[in-house]
Parts: sequence; structure tokens; C-alpha cells
Amino acid sequence: MSAPWQRDGYEAVIGLEIHVQLNTASKMFCSCPNNFGDEPNTNVCMVCLAHPGALPVANAEAVRQSVRVGLALGCQIPDVSEFSRKQYFYPDSPKAYQISQYDQPLCGEGIFRVPGADGFTVRLTRAHLEEDAAKMIHAGGEGGRISGSAGSVVDFNRVGTPLLEIVTEPDIRSPEDARRFLTLLRATVIAIGASECDMEKGSLRADANVSIRPIGSTEYGTKTELKNMNSFRFLERGVEAELERQLGLVQAGERIDQETLHFDPTTGTLSSLRSKEQAHDYRYFPEPDLLPVTQDQESLAALAGHLPELPVARFDRLSEAGLVEATALVLATDTGLAAYLDDLALRTGDLKIAANWVMGELQAHLNADALSAVQSPVTPERLAALIALVVDGTINQTAAKEVFAALVADPAATAAGVVQDRNLAQVGGDDALGEIIDAVLAAHPDEVEAFRGGREQVIGFLVGQCMKQSGGRADAKALQGLLRARLSS
Amino acid sequence: MSGIDVIGLTAERAMGMLRAGECTSEELTQAYLDRIAAVDGDVHAYLHVDAERSLAAARAQDAVAGDALSGVPIAYKDLLSTKDVPTTAGSRILEGFVPIDDADVVARGNEAGLVSLGKTNLDEFAMGSSTEHSAYGPTRNPWDLTRVPGGSSGGSAAVVAAGCAPWSLGTDTGGSIRQPAAFCGLVGLMPTYGTVSRFGVIAFASSLEQVGPMALTVRDAALLHQVIARDTDRDATCTGPREPIVVPDAGRLDGITFGVPRAELEEGVEPGIRARFDESLAIATALGATIVDVELPYSRHGLAAYYVIAPAEASANLSRFDGVRYGLRVDAPDVRSMYEATRDAGFGPEVKRRIMIGTYALSAGYHDAYYVQAQRVRTLIRQDFDTAFQGVDAILLPTAPTTAFPIGARLDDPLAMYANDIFTLPVNLAGIPALSLPNGLSDGLPSSLQIIGPAHSENLLLRLGAAFEAEHAFDVVPPSMRSGA
Repeated sequence: MSAPWQRDGYEAVIGLEIHVQLNTASKMFCSCPNNFGDEPNTNVCMVCLAHPGALPVANAEAVRQSVRVGLALGCQIPDVSEFSRKQYFYPDSPKAYQISQYDQPLCGEGIFRVPGADGFTVRLTRAHLEEDAAKMIHAGGEGGRISGSAGSVVDFNRVGTPLLEIVTEPDIRSPEDARRFLTLLRATVIAIGASECDMEKGSLRADANVSIRPIGSTEYGTKTELKNMNSFRFLERGVEAELERQLGLVQAGERIDQETLHFDPTTGTLSSLRSKEQAHDYRYFPEPDLLPVTQDQESLAALAGHLPELPVARFDRLSEAGLVEATALVLATDTGLAAYLDDLALRTGDLKIAANWVMGELQAHLNADALSAVQSPVTPERLAALIALVVDGTINQTAAKEVFAALVADPAATAAGVVQDRNLAQVGGDDALGEIIDAVLAAHPDEVEAFRGGREQVIGFLVGQCMKQSGGRADAKALQGLLRARLSS
Repeated sequence: MSGIDVIGLTAERAMGMLRAGECTSEELTQAYLDRIAAVDGDVHAYLHVDAERSLAAARAQDAVAGDALSGVPIAYKDLLSTKDVPTTAGSRILEGFVPIDDADVVARGNEAGLVSLGKTNLDEFAMGSSTEHSAYGPTRNPWDLTRVPGGSSGGSAAVVAAGCAPWSLGTDTGGSIRQPAAFCGLVGLMPTYGTVSRFGVIAFASSLEQVGPMALTVRDAALLHQVIARDTDRDATCTGPREPIVVPDAGRLDGITFGVPRAELEEGVEPGIRARFDESLAIATALGATIVDVELPYSRHGLAAYYVIAPAEASANLSRFDGVRYGLRVDAPDVRSMYEATRDAGFGPEVKRRIMIGTYALSAGYHDAYYVQAQRVRTLIRQDFDTAFQGVDAILLPTAPTTAFPIGARLDDPLAMYANDIFTLPVNLAGIPALSLPNGLSDGLPSSLQIIGPAHSENLLLRLGAAFEAEHAFDVVPPSMRSGA
């Protein structure tokens, strides 16, 4: 665990509710396309508009993907789960009830481990499958928000999108840990391909339940709920701001009200959306239009057996292979980069060298060109050929960087070809280096004198001169050895 | 005028006439439209008739080499969605609403070449036992125009009894096919839950309701059930029938054991109904069947359980009528006021009563005492039937404890109205099939026999029904309708 949030004798108690839109081809209870960003109200039908007589039919692929997420997060998968109706009137809910799950969710309790030297675990309460609401746009309100709006329009394209809600126990003790946990959870869902988890597009949304209590207490304080924080940074800042607000209230002798809050990242302030007194009675009851979902152990075992390597396991593997934690974490949480790394390591036979290249030149190039690893013109095969030239001493690091840039610029080029065309093979033979050294020593008698007089650091300048003379191609190690031998003779 | 006498004409006979070339579907359809024009002003069983549309559909059937049922007319309860044809559920809140697709059962009818004559009246959202709760006025019983036809499928019953359609489709949530069939002297089948698609049926109580046939004969009921009892990918609870539906011939009942829950008959059953019922037991014995006593100890709690579960589901099912996307909208300054004004103006008193009962039964603090408890009772009632069917092939009861009551008689007494479904509700709670068939007259009004069977026993029920029917020689045409044309 990172340093827990503790101030003036109080500690933070944080739980998360995470909504993940599943990337199935069709919606949760009808066959409309499940597409983000289409012309409003085009992906709609009798079912998702709740016309009279329309009935839901559960999307089997959404159920399957939810179970895979549950398995990946370490949740128990019960034999039977059930859909329920959650009732509320609002224009974003055409049936005036949302088909969700109540006391029999698809995924039950689990434990999720955030690895590392300061790692921690978070108990998962459940993960249940439901349908997303329609998108309300409040015309005239700032940024489409309701305050100051004169009227609202509804885009029903989003209604019925499969939505998996993952709920944690209040096991998180700092805003930073909340961010770390969510980062790894997001990476896990992406790794199994169940969602893009794009917070900007709303395919990953997080609410936080926040309270404080005296350090050492086992009771929970009154919690508030922070709604829909749409970036990792806002999550961390919002929770931080709420903890400070609650501490201020407690220290002023005031009461913390159970309420739902909105965090405004531009002002850093929190505003109340509704209090507990206004809380809904959702009048849940089992959805009579759908049969219970049953799981058999054999199918579950097959699903579990076919999960890809998950970020937490990958972190452990990369750490054990000797990568530093920060590197292991980046690679563990970026499935594309990790796949590239594994391919490259297989070709070079050295994970650490491969990781250095992936974290260095490759990542810089991907960031600069806004590419994912799989899109890079520098395939693991081409990069491995380049690394081989470094490892066998044909070129040095300086030349290697130039070759890499050439591989990016020309997808047809090969590392060996670039080395040859640009004459980048390092000068490593004693004779060739000897000639350069002779010339440099002759040109810098003062420095030679100084070295011999005991100012050994002068050798750096002489090495640099030799390297310059070689056009950057000299084998630095050999050069230093030869130079020392010559100066000492 | 076509010259075809449609009074008392069975669908099977109509099919025979069409296939033998004795008439065209257009002529037959015109004959029914003429009959509707002549008597529906008095009966008020149809909410929507589009003669041109029906005749065009009939001509389309005449134009192809039709087989089986193609070209036979039919009427649909106005709870069933019909593409491009107004569908109201008997409610103001859906006045003018035109569905964008057919209910699955209507689509099956269209595939079979059936020609729709129109949409029939019903208690608003199928909530009622008399069709008096229609927002569009009550339907009258063709046997006695001062009396109710039963409900909620009262329009679907009355059109057939009045000769305004050879047969019809109704829906049954607590007796809504069987009780109007009983009141109008018809055959009505409530199928096993999950054998007929509910897609496009405007939902009242999803876990209780099924679509079923209403007809003049058991064979007609079987023929129409063949059309609609099908698997679908649009209703997750529907898997179709386990075996093909067979059109039965009359026969003996040797080897059949009927159970009679005598304790249920002791209170509230009219003497005439009781007498006809006892006569039918004698008929069964004469045909070779054995009659034994059975107990259904929990079924007397069926009424209470039903009036928690059905309103609970209804309170959610009817929430979609909010004025936002279709149907009635009463404008108001903000969305919540608009909801309230629209629903207040759009729903009738019985619908509001049930929405309130259901909302209350699901509310925090009352959910366990009402909804959960009612589900426990439902399980016990189902077990009652399971136990009974270990010893008997089918159970016999009257369909309703009374004959058709006068219009207005029970309108101000909801409990008396609900009590008329005492023999039908437990069947819906158990999800099992039951057949209602005419059982002679009591004071000039139809009496009825209900045959209840285990799940998926439709073929047995139809066969048993055909045996009773042959012995009864019931005249399906109300006397007043004979000369009514």
C-alpha cells in the first residue's frame, strides 16, 4: 500500500463502484448495434424504446464476457443468477425500470491484488450485469449539464448497452491507491478484450464511496458518494477533496450528511446531487421476462482456462525476471506493449535488453507518432535484428539509435542494410583504433601530459575526441582500454 | 350482401368452404363485416374495424393457392400489437397508438393466411373480469345484452358468440380467456406458460399471462392453437409446445381419472352452475372415466397471492406509459408533472388501483410481507397441483362460480369482481393449462366446465374436451342472435 491517507488522527475509507460498458456487437436485450458515436437515435428498436409488448432477450455474449471479467478479477461465479427490475422514472429510462441484478449477481465475492513492494488487496463485493441508460443532453446547460438548461433531449442509442457494475468493499485507504487499483482493474478488463474502458467515451465510469474514521477504529463513518469521475486524475483529486472536506466538517464539530456529490474538476469543488432523504426506493423484483442464468462448472473451467495472461500475473512474471517495478507495471498494464515485449524477448533471448528497448526507443517513437505497439513499422522482428547487431558488437548504442530512427522512417529498411549504407559498423580493431588514438594524442599533448601528471579524468575528454574522430562508430569499451594502455606505457 | 350465413359458422367449416371453392375469402370476410355492421352497434365488441384493410387481406389470400386455414377470418384482442393498425389495450393512454410490428401470435396468424376482421374490446390493460373497465365503453353479452360478456377478453368472446368472427385470440392472466368463454358459451384454452410467445402482447402481469384461442368448438380451438403455439426468439420465456398440437375427435374416457376438489365448491357457487357441474361428472362416468376427490388446500389463497403478484408486475409493466415517447401526453411545466398529469388522465380507476397496490406491495418495508409472501403461496399452490396430478389425469371445476352478471352489478365492488376468478386464478399461478367449455345453460345463460391439466397436457385437455362436447350437444348460438341479423 502507498502511504495511507491519514490526517490529524483520521484515516480514509474508500470503496469504488465501477461501470464497464461491454464491447459486444449488439445491445444487452435487443439486436440493435452497440456502437458509440453514431447519429443520435439510429440504433433503436421496439425493445430499447420500450414500446408496448416489447420483451427483452439477454445477450449471451454479454453474459459470457461478464463471467470472464468476474473470473479475471478473482470472483466466485454462482451457479444461478437472476435479473431484476430496478424501478425509477426518468426520461433516460424508457421502461421506467432498468433491468439489473439485485441479490443474485452474475459474479460474487472476489479478491483483487494490486502487486508490488507497496501492494495491497481489495475485496470485491460483486459484479452484476445491467443495461445502460439513454444519454440525456440538457440543451442550454453548460457542457450539456442540467443546471441552466431550458430543455432536454434524449439519445436512445446508448440505452441497453451492456454494462457490468463492479463493486468493491471499502478496503482502499488513499486516493492514490484508488487510482492504482482502478488502473490495474481497467488493464485487466482490457486484457481480456471485454471493453475498451475508455473513460473519455464513458465506457469506463467510476463512483467512489468515501468516508473517514479515527485511525484504529473498525466502525465506518458516514459515507458520501462521488459520481462519475471521468479520468484517473479526477478520481484521485475528487476523493482527496472529499476527504479534506469531511475532515474539515468533523474538526468543526459538524455532521457529515450521507449524500451524492459531483466533483467539478475545473474548480476542484464538490456539489450535492441528492441527499439520503431523497434516496430512491427502487422496488426491485425478479425480472419475469427473463429466465435465471445458470452456469455449469465445466463451462466455467473452460472459460477460466482460456483467459489470456492477466496484468497482475504479468507484473509478477516481469518482476521475477528482474525488471524494476515501475517498468514491470507499465508493461503489465499495457497489453499491446507487453505482447510486443514478449515477442521481442523471444527473438532476442534477453528480456531485460528487450525491455530496455521497448521502454526506451520504442515507447518514445510510439508516443511521438501516436501509434500502438502493433501499429509500429518497427516490428519485433526488425528490432530484434537491430538488437542482434548491438549484442554482437557490430554497432554501438549511438549507431543503434540512428539505425532505429532509419527503421521508423523507412519500413522497407533492414538494420543490417542501414548499417552498411551509412557505414555505421563500429570501429573495433586494434589497428584501426590505434590510428585514431595516435592522431588524437598527437593533437592534444597538454592533456596527455595532464593525465600522466595524475589528472585521470582527462581520459574522458580524450575518449570523446577519439569517438568524434571515428564518426561515433568506435567501440567505446575497446577504445578506453587501448587509450589507457597507450597513456600508461 | 354475400348470402353466407356466418351465425354459428365454425372456423373448420369456413375452412372447408374455402378449400371446396364454395366461397372466397373476400365473400366470407364481407359476410362477417356485414354481420358486424348489423349487430356490433348493440354488442360493442370491436374497438377497431377497417373493412377495406380486411377485404384487401382476404383478396390477397384469394389470389394465392391457399391451403389449410388461409383466408379464414379472425379477431384479435386489442392487447395484441398489430403493425400499422391502432392498438389501445382498452386505454386512453394508448389512444391513437400504432405499433411498428406485429405481436408474434399475429405474425403466426398472418403466416397461416388468417384475415383480421379487427381488434376487440377488453378491460383496460386486461385488468378486469367484465370488460366494463374498457376506456371505450363496455361490451354486452350476446346471450343477454344487459349482462357482461366477462373479461378481460370480453370483446374476443362476444364477437364469436355474436357471429362477428368465427374465432378469436384472447389473453389469460387470471381467467381472462376462460371466464368470458364461459359467460358467452364458448371454448377457451389457457395454454401452459411458456408455450405461446408473449412478444407484442401489451404486458399486464408477465409471469402469469399467455395468449390462447377462443372458439365455437374444441376442434376450432385446437386448430387455432396449432397456429400460435410456437417457439420464438423474441420471448425468452417461450419454448413452444413439447409436442405438436393435435385436433381431437370425440371419444370415450375409459381409463381417465378426474379429480374434483369438492372443498372448493362449497361456497359461492350458484346452484345452477353446481347442478350443471354435477351433471358433467355423471357424463364423465358414463363415458368410462373415474372421478376421485382431490385437495388443493392452498388454492383458496390464490386470490390473495394473485392480487399481490399481478399488480406488482403490472406496476412496473405500465411505468413505460409516461408520455415521453408515444401515446397520450398531457403537457406540464416539468417532466415529473408531465408524468403525473399524463398518467392521471390516461389510466382508468381500476388500472390506477392496481398500480397503487403493486407499488405498495414492492415498497421498502412491505416487499417481504406482501410480494415475497405471495411468491411463497404461489409455490405452494403449484405444489398442490403437482401433488394432485400424481393421482389424477386432470382436475374438473366450473370455470366461474356464476353465470354472466348484469352490467354495473359489480363495478363498485372490486372484491366481488375479483372473486369471480376464484377457479381460474390458481391455474395461472401454477403456469398450467386449462380448457373451458360450454356446460349447458343455467337460467338461459351459459354455464361452463373447466378441465385443468398438468404442464404441457394441452392435447389431453383437448381430447377430453371433445368427448364432453359431443355429449353436451350445446347450441353455440345465443337465441337472441339467431334472429338478430
